[in-house]
Amino acid sequence: MAKQQANWSPYDNNGGSCVAIAGADYCVIAADTRMSTGYNILTREYSKICKLADKCVMASSGFQADVKALQKQLAARHLIYQHQHNKQMSCPAMAQLLSNTLYYKRFFPYYSFNVLGGLDNEGKGCVFTYDAVGSYEKVGYSSQGSGSTLITPFLDNQLKSPSPLLLPVQDAVTPLVEAEAIDLVKTVFASASERDIYTGDKIEIVVVNATGIRREYMELRKD
Amino acid sequence: MDFMASKQPENSLLGPEADSQRTLYPYVTGTSVVALKYKDGILMAADMGGSYGSTLRYKNVERMKAIGKHSLLGASGEISDFQEILRYLDDLILYDNMWDDGNSLGPKEVHNYLTRVMYNRRNKFNPLWNSLVLGGIKNGQKYLGTVSMIGVNFEDDHVATGFGNHLARPILRQEWHENLSFEDGVKLLEKCMRVLLYRDRSAINKLQIAKITEEGMTISQPYSLKTYWEFSAFENPTQGAVGSW
Repeated sequence: MAKQQANWSPYDNNGGSCVAIAGADYCVIAADTRMSTGYNILTREYSKICKLADKCVMASSGFQADVKALQKQLAARHLIYQHQHNKQMSCPAMAQLLSNTLYYKRFFPYYSFNVLGGLDNEGKGCVFTYDAVGSYEKVGYSSQGSGSTLITPFLDNQLKSPSPLLLPVQDAVTPLVEAEAIDLVKTVFASASERDIYTGDKIEIVVVNATGIRREYMELRKD
Repeated sequence: MDFMASKQPENSLLGPEADSQRTLYPYVTGTSVVALKYKDGILMAADMGGSYGSTLRYKNVERMKAIGKHSLLGASGEISDFQEILRYLDDLILYDNMWDDGNSLGPKEVHNYLTRVMYNRRNKFNPLWNSLVLGGIKNGQKYLGTVSMIGVNFEDDHVATGFGNHLARPILRQEWHENLSFEDGVKLLEKCMRVLLYRDRSAINKLQIAKITEEGMTISQPYSLKTYWEFSAFENPTQGAVGSW
């Protein structure tokens, strides 16, 4: 009798897209709220965004069970950090923690594609983008998930930052005002929903700035 | 080179002998569970069949059980794994009761616990082969969630497992609304179960509907749905058809 092959996969792709854009004194993080499996929609109202710290918000798409486990891990580690240091973790610190947490499972990865957004220690917007095993970099804007191939070129066109190879080092954050960045995010998701079947239903937009964190929603195509 | 060969502890899940200790495929299975929120709580329906592949082996399987004071669990998939989950939950509820502190686990907490259990088993490559529906109401707050065998979980106003996702959810999306009465909720569930009966080959015409409200859980006696087979399209189905359909 030949060795049995597994007839189940430990992974699934629950779809969806995430975007984050960094500004001079704000950061916009957005994700759609659709959760799918195969050609089915499981629910239209699932949040892919998680607040990890006061000035640090993560949006993740991919395999929902892994995303949830990752969010819980980071939340737990943040609590320990607060107990030990009597302060919130900064966004760059959380960025490193996320990278390490992902690489820890390098040989059975979290199938989670993340963008981390928030304010750095000086109050300037920052966005970090990741692959599933923790490779990361600080950027001015990023998109991950099923619609990223449709969204990224559009963001490149609207927000193109100067090359990071130039000297002196130029700022990657967009000169756009908060309202303009939010409008761009809405446009980008409306476009992605037209062609990506896994993106749609509703966008959840989270804005982090000096006054705190605020949330808004926008309806998208339901098909 | 014997000192090079690593020795597995006896209870490890690695190595060729361990393959027989991991779930490879399900044996006795239950089909869809459908549930929805209504005015006073949650309504859930499941048939009473336990299939052994294509054989309908067991016709009196209760696939919905009360958990503690506030929750109702319905399961599809491997029945023995469902029974194992009930044992885990027995322990959980027992510990909760033994604190004797006036507090009790609500549906949200039980759902979270089940999600962690399913995800952990998936991580060890030895899944509990079930799709679970967990509904309940505590302090006026209704809750309805689901978790799959690999740990994918969410909550919604209506959920279903297996074929229910394909056949029942679309009906529920069209016809569910906030504050359904008990009668309307039952009618809606029966509509879903009837479609499943017609189109899911593992469904049987013997079902129960369970209700959970602030007062507690009640589960109906098993009963059958009225079916209609005289549709003209069903008469002479192959007439005019080329091939085997």
